[in-house]
Amino acid sequence: MHVPDGFLDASTSIATGAVAAGAVGLALQRSEREVREAGAPLTGLTAAFVFAAQMVNFPVGAGTSGHLIGGALALVLVGPWTALLCLTAVLLVQGLLFADGGLTALGTNVLLMGVVPIVVGSLVLRLVLPLLPRRPRSVVPAAGLAAAVSVPAAALAFTGLYAVGGTVDVPLGTLAAAMVGWHVLIGAGEALITAAVVGAVVATRADLVHAARHLRPDLVLVDADGRRSAAPSPGTAPGVLAPARPARRPLAVGLAVTAVVAGLVSLAASASPDGLESVAGALGFAGGAQESAAASSPLSGYGVSGVPSPLLSGALAGLLGVAVTVAVGAGTALASRVLGRARRSTRA
Amino acid sequence: MRDSPVHRLPAQCKVVALVALALVAVAVPRGRWAAFAALAVLLVAVVALARLPVLLVLRRLAVEAPFAVFALLLPFVAAGPQVRVLGVGVSGPGLVDAGTLLARATLGVLAAVVLASTTSARDLLGGLARLRLPAPLLSVLTFMLRYAAVVADDLRRVRIAREARGASGDRLRHLGAVAAGVGSVFVRTYERGERVHRAMLARGHRPGTPLVEGAPARPAAWLAAAALPAAGLLAVAVLR
Repeated sequence: MHVPDGFLDASTSIATGAVAAGAVGLALQRSEREVREAGAPLTGLTAAFVFAAQMVNFPVGAGTSGHLIGGALALVLVGPWTALLCLTAVLLVQGLLFADGGLTALGTNVLLMGVVPIVVGSLVLRLVLPLLPRRPRSVVPAAGLAAAVSVPAAALAFTGLYAVGGTVDVPLGTLAAAMVGWHVLIGAGEALITAAVVGAVVATRADLVHAARHLRPDLVLVDADGRRSAAPSPGTAPGVLAPARPARRPLAVGLAVTAVVAGLVSLAASASPDGLESVAGALGFAGGAQESAAASSPLSGYGVSGVPSPLLSGALAGLLGVAVTVAVGAGTALASRVLGRARRSTRA
Repeated sequence: MRDSPVHRLPAQCKVVALVALALVAVAVPRGRWAAFAALAVLLVAVVALARLPVLLVLRRLAVEAPFAVFALLLPFVAAGPQVRVLGVGVSGPGLVDAGTLLARATLGVLAAVVLASTTSARDLLGGLARLRLPAPLLSVLTFMLRYAAVVADDLRRVRIAREARGASGDRLRHLGAVAAGVGSVFVRTYERGERVHRAMLARGHRPGTPLVEGAPARPAAWLAAAALPAAGLLAVAVLR
C-alpha cells in the first residue's frame, strides 16, 4: 500500500510533501483545542492503536484475511483532524523506523493514506448520516460506506499523481482501471472490517465514537397521565438510550444502504473486467504485432461508445444481486428456523 | 543496538543526509546505470561502516517485494517499440523504465533501512525535535512509540482469549469476534490515554511543555553526514 521512492519524480514528490505538510499543519491548528483538552496522550495512544490494529488479521471471507488500512476507522472514531495527526504519526514511524514506504515518498503517502481517505470519508459521512435514523448505531453502515469509497478514491488519487509525475510511461487508462478495480475489492474488505470494529465500539462505548456524538436520539418523557413528549438529549449524558423508533426501520434502511453500496460498487467494479481486458489486450499486443502499442492505447477503448449502457447494466446487476442475495438469505434463515423447530419438536 | 560511527551520528544529521540521498536517487535520469551503481556502492559502504548484519538488511529490503512485482510487469504493459528478451517481445522503453524504477525504489528503501537500523526511537524523536517538527505532532509520536507495544500486547491478549474460546478467527463468521476484540482494545486504549493525561497533569505537567529535546549536532557531524549526499550528487554529475 505504501508508495516507495521512485514511483513519482522528484518535483512531484516535493510538491506532495508540501501539500501534505500544509494539511498536517491545518490539522494541528484545528485540533489544537481538542488535543489541549483531551491531552496529547489520547491522540498518541489512538495512533498506537491504529498502528497495532493494522497488523491484526481479519477474516474477510473466502478463506482469506485482510488488514486494516485505518483511514476511515480513525476518522469515525476520533474525528478528521485528530485522525490525520494519528495517521501522519503512523506513517512517519513506519517510514523512518521501519523503512516501510520511501523517505521521499512520505508526503505522497500522507496524502494518499491520510488526507484523501479522510476528506472523502468525511464527505461520505456528511452525506449519508442525515439519511439514517438519528442514533449512534447509524454510524456503523456510514463508516463502512466511508471506508468502501475512500480506498478506491485513494487509488484514483494515486493515478492522478502518476499522471502528473509518473516515472514510467504506462497507459493511464490501464493504470486507472487496474488500480480502481483492484482497490474496489480492497475497499470492500476495508468496509467490512471498519464497520465491524465501529459496531463493536458503538455497542459498548458509543460516547467515544466521534462521528456518533451528535447522534443521540431524543429523550422520550412520559408524564403522570401517560402523555409522551420528546426532549433533546443532553450532549454530555453518558450511555446511550434505547432507540424510540419502530423496529421495521433498520431493515429498510439497511436494505437501502446495501442497494446503494452494491450499485456503486458494481458501477466501479464494472471498470475492473475492462481493466483486465485492456491489460490482456496490451499483453497480446506486446507479444504479437510490431506497431506501436500506444496507437491502440486502452484510452481509445474507453471512449464514449461503451460508457452509458455498461454503467447502467452494471448498477442494475448490482441491485439485482442484492435482491437475489436478500431473497436467498431470507430463505436460508426461514429454512433454518423451520428445520430447527422441526428438530426441536422431534426431540421433545 | 550496535555501535558504530553511523550509530553515533546525531539523528537529525542522518535524517537529512539519507532523505537527501534518496532525493538524489529519485532525481537520477532514467537509464543512467553507472550513477545508480555509484549510489548503491555509497549506501553499501555506509551499511558496512555501520556494521549492519547483511541478513537483516536483506530481510528489511523485502518490504519492497510487491513493488518489484509491479516493476517486473511494466515491460509488458508499457508503450513503445518492441524488443525481444529471451524470446518474448516486451516494450523496450518499458524495460529501461522498470529497471530505473527498481533501482530508485531499492536505493530509497536501502537509505530508509540504514536510518531505521542505526537510530533508536528515542534518538529519532530528539532528532525530529531538532529539525523543528511541530511540538504537538512530536508529542503524539512520543506517546505512540511509548504505547505501541502496550497496545500490541493488549491485542495479543485479546486474540489469545478469543482463540481459547473457540473463535480461531479464520472464518468469516468469526469477523464479529475479531472486531469485538479490536473494538474493546480501542476503548481500553482511549481510556488509558485519558488516565495517562490526568496522571501527567496531577504530577505537574503543563500542556505545551516539550517532552523530548534533542542534543544539538556539532558542525563536524553535519559535515560527516553531508558527505554522503554530496558524494552521491558528484557521482551522478560525473557518471554519464
